[in-house]
Amino acid sequence: MATAIKLDSKVPSGPLESRWTRHKDQLKLVSPTNKRKYTILVVGTGLAGASAAASLAELGYNVKAFCIQDSPRRAHSIAAQGGINAAKNYRNDGDSIWRLFYDTIKGGDFRAREANVYRLAELSVNIIDQCVAQGVPFAREYGGLLDTRSFGGALVERTFYARGQTGQQLLLGAYSAMMRQVDAGRVTLYPRREMLDLVVINGQARGIVCRNLITGELESYVGDAVVLCTGGYGNAYFLATYAKNSNATAIWRCHKRGALFANPCFTQIHPTCIPVTGDYQSKLTLMSESLRNDGRVWVPKKKGDTRPPNEIPEDERDYFLERKYPTYGNLAPRDIASRAVKAVCDEGRGVGATGRAVYLDFSDTIREKGIEYIKEKYGNLFEMYQHITGEDPYKVPMRIYPAVHYTMGGLWVDYNLMSTIPGLFVLGEANFSDHGANRLGASALMQGLADGYFIIPYTIGDYFANTTLPKVSPEHSAFKESLADVHRFLTKLLSIKGNKTVLEFHRELGMILWDYVGMARNAQGLQIAIEKIRKLREEFWNNLKVPGDNNMLNKNLEMAGRVADFLELAELMAIDALHREESCGAHFREEYQTPDGEALRNDEQFCYVAAWEYTGDLGKPELHKEPLVFEFVTPTVRSYK
Amino acid sequence: MTKKMTLHLRIWRQPNPHTPGRFVTYTIRDVSSDMSLLELLDVLNEELIKKGEPPVEFDSDCREGICGTCGFLVNGVAHGPKRGRTACQQYLRDFKDGETITLEPFRAKAFPVIKDLVVDRSALDRIMAAGGYISVNTGSAPDANSIPIPKEIAEQAFDAAACIGCGACVAACPNASASLFVSAKIAHLALLPQGQPERIRRVLRMVEQMDKEGFGDCSNHGECEAVCPKNISIKHIAIMRREYLRALWSL
Repeated sequence: MATAIKLDSKVPSGPLESRWTRHKDQLKLVSPTNKRKYTILVVGTGLAGASAAASLAELGYNVKAFCIQDSPRRAHSIAAQGGINAAKNYRNDGDSIWRLFYDTIKGGDFRAREANVYRLAELSVNIIDQCVAQGVPFAREYGGLLDTRSFGGALVERTFYARGQTGQQLLLGAYSAMMRQVDAGRVTLYPRREMLDLVVINGQARGIVCRNLITGELESYVGDAVVLCTGGYGNAYFLATYAKNSNATAIWRCHKRGALFANPCFTQIHPTCIPVTGDYQSKLTLMSESLRNDGRVWVPKKKGDTRPPNEIPEDERDYFLERKYPTYGNLAPRDIASRAVKAVCDEGRGVGATGRAVYLDFSDTIREKGIEYIKEKYGNLFEMYQHITGEDPYKVPMRIYPAVHYTMGGLWVDYNLMSTIPGLFVLGEANFSDHGANRLGASALMQGLADGYFIIPYTIGDYFANTTLPKVSPEHSAFKESLADVHRFLTKLLSIKGNKTVLEFHRELGMILWDYVGMARNAQGLQIAIEKIRKLREEFWNNLKVPGDNNMLNKNLEMAGRVADFLELAELMAIDALHREESCGAHFREEYQTPDGEALRNDEQFCYVAAWEYTGDLGKPELHKEPLVFEFVTPTVRSYK
Repeated sequence: MTKKMTLHLRIWRQPNPHTPGRFVTYTIRDVSSDMSLLELLDVLNEELIKKGEPPVEFDSDCREGICGTCGFLVNGVAHGPKRGRTACQQYLRDFKDGETITLEPFRAKAFPVIKDLVVDRSALDRIMAAGGYISVNTGSAPDANSIPIPKEIAEQAFDAAACIGCGACVAACPNASASLFVSAKIAHLALLPQGQPERIRRVLRMVEQMDKEGFGDCSNHGECEAVCPKNISIKHIAIMRREYLRALWSL
């Protein structure tokens, strides 16, 4: 089934600073009267989806917007806490588009395209303008101008924020803009719908098949393009900071219909999350990276020191991030901080009941700047910590541990955000494009909105202007086949009638991934993981128990489909991790490290995007390589010391 | 301190909108007090599935109190005993060992029950579509710092904008009014300079849509404020009334 796919990134040439502008000037346009003849299916209504739906509708396209939640406002972008980066340089602290570009590409350990990352930095400025105009209540200074703070991996204060609820406020801005278009009749909303297949006709993405989650009915929707904004796949690990309904089903089904999946092993583990307390636990909660502006991370110097934190004197504490990375200190990037936390816990110096935690201590800042300062900046985060743990972080240090938080990998897209299936565009976390092997804090919001507000409105027009799209109806045989496939899949899940629940399988898969495809990986472990995943997948299809029926609201059936897909994707994550014989960013292979335990990249052999093609055999995907060419920056050893 | 607890859950079971519902009581033993209320429902559902009984359907997504997806009545109180929190942020340590906890869906004419604890809150989206926005097309915004906004005003706008749209205010109100939800959005946008051009149209259209959806009127009971997981103040309803009168006078 392998085809001669040629990966063409469509990255323009010329000076880096003018590439996007020149590219836009060369893109073909669709006239205002013709725009209304096109229907665009936008799947997912987070930052990328809502901003795309709103902007495309404003241009005059017909938009149908789909989400699995009961309201588009619930998408998981809402939970992003700390902030959004923008190279405004309002602080006069030396920031610039170039610097944001450089920090981001270095933060990604030189595994992203220069032109994409530069465009992202360039557009960051417009995003802040757009959001303020929508009424997003960003934090302000007494003079009435916008406030900023710093985030990991940067030496400037370029992160705009709205208390600890930046994602919520940005999403509500995008959601409001989309609801305005609903009122104008240009966007039709389809909530409580789950996309279960992509319909490809004559090689073009022409529609989707959804399950109506209330009635169980399968529905076909025809479009001239499909814009996938369905987020990342971190829930493959079961315990993660993702929302319970976040899943990989839409991107995975598109992968199986021909879209290449890029860098699936690049998964981010965030250093500051509330630690696991019991085996009943359903999810992990992030404590924003912004807390590391004012909190200091430490463990006791002595192994097995069980004294309460306030009884451990200053000289018996190890502020290990400040010690190991004096320049960036507690604001070392996420991958590096996570590994450092794991290392001290592995040494037996972790704290709390399980020994898998470190302290994040605010007492110095509270002493210097007062409790009110902390309340204003992080009030809701401190409250959330207290709700979950029952401890007061104003009095005792927080206990934190790394957790799965974001996936840099995703469907491969070219510079126009189009996948290897013509007409299928992928935006936000669902694509692989801008963060390389590690994403810097406050950059996810930036990318979701850049893609939705400022990139897709330009590039999708060029696709329409260059493409002949024959008229298609839901009666087309491709829709019928797809409906039959989905129906068969659901019926099969319900008919196994085994003994183990979806939740049990999902937890088991999560443990395998966390143990072998987590913060540190090695060849032997990855081979074990692949074996275990295959065995678990086999057991799943023979011993799964799903209650209820297809023709009703049935959340267990929804989860079963998602876990079935995670069980396939997980194998690809392990295969990709095994093939990449280097350490870069969040992908840390124990065999490839410097003498002091830092990631050791291999630019000679692995300076490429690994894009995998589904061949029909899950164990034998075909690798396509998109070489990464660095014309403007020189990949260096990523040092934060 | 973590302890083991036994709890009885009295839950509203209703297979679909057309079949009458009823309460069914379940007992769950030896669960950790560190567990959340929704995790307790997860545990119950696992037991039910193993026994071949239908699990309890309930909505939840982020499980960190920000998405607004979860929500039902816990012992008659929207979201549960701890104020200023959503249902997913209620923990067993705040219940008594051996207690019977009653769970039922939000009750309001405008929120029809779909199944068990799941209700349809799409009326809130339709109110937002009627005017909960500032009309600014992508790409037409001036530089962000060209509109200075005093810090106090920005903070007040934020307090209103913090609404998560969960609908607890509606469920708690004896009149099933959506006034707290609607007023939070009206106040958020009316406070800001960017919101001025559409100030009149916005309040008139949103209030009209709220009435159309079958929500009741506000008669100052204050129950909404008491259950709001984001502590949105009832003073926003006063702002909404002022805005509404102002809009009527200006017509």
